[in-house]
Amino acid sequence: MIKNFLIALVLASFVYMFYHLYESYEPQTELSGIAAHYAENGAKEVGAANLVTAVVVAYRGFDTMGEVTILFLTASIIGFFLKLSKIDEEKVIIHHGTSELLITASQILIPIIFLFGAYVFMNGHLTPGGGFQGGAIIASGVALSIMANPNREINHHAILWIESISGISFVIIGVLGIVLAGGFLDVRLFGVGEFGDLFSAGAIPIIYSFIGLKVGAEISNILNKYQKSQKEL
Amino acid sequence: MEYLNLGKISLIIAFALVLVGFWGLLSQKNIIKIIVSFTILETGINILIVALGWIKGRTAPIIDASVEQGPNHNVLNSIVDPVPQALVLTAIVIGFGVTALLLAYAMKLFRAKRTLEINQFNDLKW
Repeated sequence: MIKNFLIALVLASFVYMFYHLYESYEPQTELSGIAAHYAENGAKEVGAANLVTAVVVAYRGFDTMGEVTILFLTASIIGFFLKLSKIDEEKVIIHHGTSELLITASQILIPIIFLFGAYVFMNGHLTPGGGFQGGAIIASGVALSIMANPNREINHHAILWIESISGISFVIIGVLGIVLAGGFLDVRLFGVGEFGDLFSAGAIPIIYSFIGLKVGAEISNILNKYQKSQKEL
Repeated sequence: MEYLNLGKISLIIAFALVLVGFWGLLSQKNIIKIIVSFTILETGINILIVALGWIKGRTAPIIDASVEQGPNHNVLNSIVDPVPQALVLTAIVIGFGVTALLLAYAMKLFRAKRTLEINQFNDLKW
């Protein structure tokens, strides 16, 4: 009883706080300082049509590197945490069979899902999309394949290699920015290029492709760990 | 009744989701339900951040045909704020990582006690 009362009290104070925030909320009418700079000079300085990508990869590239590192850290902790013993590793996951529909659909859909994911991360600077979204789409294909066959072996070494090589390439491109352009993670390695082309916006398509591969590999790795830990039951 | 615009509607939805998330975190007993509440809370906060960058009558921050690039009606006057959207992208990725970790912990906790009821995990209680 007293617990419910306390919960109600906490929620009521949140409502009170939010009400004041809501009352004092005035929608913006102009872009604020830094956003105005991005809007005015983004196309000229970075050459990306998608200004969110310009902010994520170019203006705040260091932030994105930290983000990728956090994702890597999560995958490592889960890998450490859900590690199986030698005996469990040999076991097979017992399941009640998967639906015929799911198996057939997965055979047709998985290549298309991978292709779509690659499209999304390669066009991150032109269309709404980018490395993280494309990586998540690719990992959803892996999830579908695991659902269709719970005992599917995912090539662990391939995932690890893709992840490591993309991560290192991201850092190398960042370091090349010091040599060829203005500083660490400066994307204008070989000029900005023609606005609106696939190979424009400096190194953004390359960086976002590496991020896409890395995120896809990391999420697949996490899914693989979840799948394998079913053997422990 | 004052004028209700898109920004205010988003704000109301965001606050409602945050409240539902907090209620779930505080009152639910099942660990999976707590994780779901956590995700709802996070979604509410993400909607709130994106809503703060909204400007009336403007389009997404992607420079294409929908953005008029003429001298008087330039990019500066036709897009919403891109910075909150970029920050929310970061927040979503971090949220994904946290949720994945929570699910891994939930799995291990279930292995330990064969239950997900949070009341059963009273080893540190005295």
